[in-house]
Amino acid sequence: MKKIILSICACVALFTACNDEEFLTREPQDILLDDQVWESEDLVLSVLADLYNRIPDYQQLDSWWNFTSFDEAFASNAGDYWRHQNQDYGYGDWGMWDYGFIRDLNLFIESAEAADQLDPDVKARFIAEAKFIRAMSYFEHVKRMGGVPLILESLEYDYSGDPTYLQYPRAKEHEIYDFVIEEMEAIKGDLPNGGTKSRATIGAALALETRAALYAASIANYGQMTPNVSLPGEEVGIPASMADGYYTTALNAAEELMGLGTYELYNNDPDPSENFTNVFLNKTANNEVIFAKDYLVQARTHGFTIETIPRSLREENTLGGKLNPSLNLVQSYELLDNTFAPLPTTDENGDPIYYDNPEDIFAGRDPRLAGTVILPGTTFRGSEVDIWAGWKTADGGLITSDQLGGRGELPNGENAQLVGFDGPIPNLEWSAQNGFYIRKYVDTQVGSGQRGTGSGVWWIRFRYAEVLLNAAEAAFELGDNAKAAEYMNQVRRRAGMPIDLAPSEITFDRIIHERKVELCFENHILWDYKRWRLAHRVWNGEAVPLTNDPGDAEAISTRVFGLNPYKIYAPGTPNHEKWVFEEFLPTPVFNPHRFRLGNYYSQIGDNVLNGNPKIVRNPNH
Amino acid sequence: MKKNIKYLAGLCLMALGMSSCEYDNYDEPKLLFDGNIVYNGEPIGVSYNDVYFQLWEEGWQTFGNIGVAIDQDGSFSSLLFAGDYKLIIPADQGPFMNLTNQESGSDTIPLNINGSMNMDIEVLPYYMIRNVDISGNSSEVTANFGLEQIITDANARGVNEVVLYLSKTAFVDGRTSISSARLGGGDITDMSSIQLTTGVPDMTPTQGYVFARVGLRIEGVEDMLFSSIERIDF
Repeated sequence: MKKIILSICACVALFTACNDEEFLTREPQDILLDDQVWESEDLVLSVLADLYNRIPDYQQLDSWWNFTSFDEAFASNAGDYWRHQNQDYGYGDWGMWDYGFIRDLNLFIESAEAADQLDPDVKARFIAEAKFIRAMSYFEHVKRMGGVPLILESLEYDYSGDPTYLQYPRAKEHEIYDFVIEEMEAIKGDLPNGGTKSRATIGAALALETRAALYAASIANYGQMTPNVSLPGEEVGIPASMADGYYTTALNAAEELMGLGTYELYNNDPDPSENFTNVFLNKTANNEVIFAKDYLVQARTHGFTIETIPRSLREENTLGGKLNPSLNLVQSYELLDNTFAPLPTTDENGDPIYYDNPEDIFAGRDPRLAGTVILPGTTFRGSEVDIWAGWKTADGGLITSDQLGGRGELPNGENAQLVGFDGPIPNLEWSAQNGFYIRKYVDTQVGSGQRGTGSGVWWIRFRYAEVLLNAAEAAFELGDNAKAAEYMNQVRRRAGMPIDLAPSEITFDRIIHERKVELCFENHILWDYKRWRLAHRVWNGEAVPLTNDPGDAEAISTRVFGLNPYKIYAPGTPNHEKWVFEEFLPTPVFNPHRFRLGNYYSQIGDNVLNGNPKIVRNPNH
Repeated sequence: MKKNIKYLAGLCLMALGMSSCEYDNYDEPKLLFDGNIVYNGEPIGVSYNDVYFQLWEEGWQTFGNIGVAIDQDGSFSSLLFAGDYKLIIPADQGPFMNLTNQESGSDTIPLNINGSMNMDIEVLPYYMIRNVDISGNSSEVTANFGLEQIITDANARGVNEVVLYLSKTAFVDGRTSISSARLGGGDITDMSSIQLTTGVPDMTPTQGYVFARVGLRIEGVEDMLFSSIERIDF
């Protein structure tokens, strides 16, 4: 009986349930459909937010290790020592072939154009923003790979078994740059002027345009020095005749941005070093930032401060102190009289120079140095940072400890501290192994060094100072030194350099140097050195000592050096407890960097080449 | 009982794992293909791990190549399976140009490997380093040599610089050098007689010898041309 009832119930259930056609066309309860999204501004904005979030960067706050791959910084973390031990950069390094992202952008633009329930102004702005992100993505591709297929619509496979109609060849390198420039000109009218720094604005579009044009110009101009780095179809390499045109575009776009009046150099603090630090930390009264990836404390944060904060100030029991700016970078900050000099450690006879305080050796240098790097003898977050390597006796002997802040006996029997609480101690991870800590972008807010909270400091992709330097470089290359000096001096005055550079003092080396010290740790060094075709000459794989001419753009700099401060132990003499300094090579640094010609354009993966026979390989691979 | 079953199952899996290798593994490649990159029979020195040629074998689903590195003295060796290969030196590799192969009519060299094989590959270097004489003592090392320009037609390239490198080990080039002396191409007065001298730095640990050779960087060519490596005892 039971069985019969059950069978009847089952039959009833079967016949009634499927009877209704609508069962198969019900709206899902847990996801939003395309048309539902395109009815609501808020929902479209949330889709767009995801696209903004996917804009690629190479060096970024949440990947501190990429800052240590060149000669700017030492990685005080055993897992990253290989960056100083590998000789060659891999041909695939920093490569990219992200057509998934480009397809998503194309789909967004197509859906936005088809949407009919949005306010026309809002709709135009959404489209312009997506096009801005798409141009950013293509720019990111071209500077890594050279010309890539320029695909501006979503591609669909028709399942015919023949995918050849989806196989696009690579565009010429300059065509991608042209696309970025033209696209920015086309959309800037649909974007707001200011009002946001994390979404596209006219300023962001112009900043991208000036940077892209400058890159194209310098590849055209300096690409002639590396004739091997080119392809006959111009997928890689730009004809020299196009250089002036691009420089003009770069200059015009930069000047148009200046003319907006929306942006200015940050200048709120009387102390120039403090002021420079705050360019990156202050998110409220900061008209220098044009476009940034914003992090908000406790909503979305990053761990840059956790990973890099000085060891003695760290707020977590592990981590900290991993990113140590190199002596190569530190000594390239010029003196206040606009001259270059290595840090004075010895006098003309080769005898050590004795300093009263450890910070004295850095006196009289570009204030940006102290705004970028935490130097021995200075403070951070109001606390002293304790960087010193040990005691030096009169006969040159060294008394030190292998523990941070370790104590022990001095020759006179006194129990004393033998080494700083922040290092440097050879091979001791997460301390100032080469004598310095990074300051740029390290959050001063208490709690930002904890895993639970993290840092909300934003990652600035475009700022006004870079636009000024772009304009200065373009003007210089076009032969207008007066204009170049004017723009460069604005940046230098803000930095706290008291003497302006005369137009006749603007040289190629000056341009390189200014970008190096102003824009270090901002994801510029690799792309700049590539476009100037300096990378294979500066990182040429030869183990040479630290240059004595820090202003020389072509000085070989393949290994990261450090600086050890020592306290003098000579009781009864005037030098007792004074300071001397010694350059050294951190022990994990074995091998010099070598940037090969094949590194100028990253390798295209075999999967891409096998899938599309129209793609030509990059040169030297 | 349950435990036993699990135990038995584990044993079976292990047995399967150990025996299955017989079915999915090839024998390792055994045929030795070796030789030198030469000009008129004379090996051409290069830096280690920098110059490659490629071996392509058709008939495989994914298309890739075997890269064979040329050693410092111009020699190479590779263990291969029997088969038909195509040998290509990519155009940007090495301080030389490729010769046209008579069989293929291009710079591709067809290769039939059916036993171990020794073959020298003739190429056309831009220059040859001649009459190298390197001598020295514990304070300095001097090299005397000449350059012979081989390619003099439209493909000729200028001399960028000549360099004398000293190294602690038998790997000698810019990456390993502990001391070097260089002369720019424009400063060379007599191509047939060039002299370079460089000091011997202190070495830790101390050793009573260094290795030395001279290298030539050619305009617009990434890989340098090198003389053979000399050991200097003092």
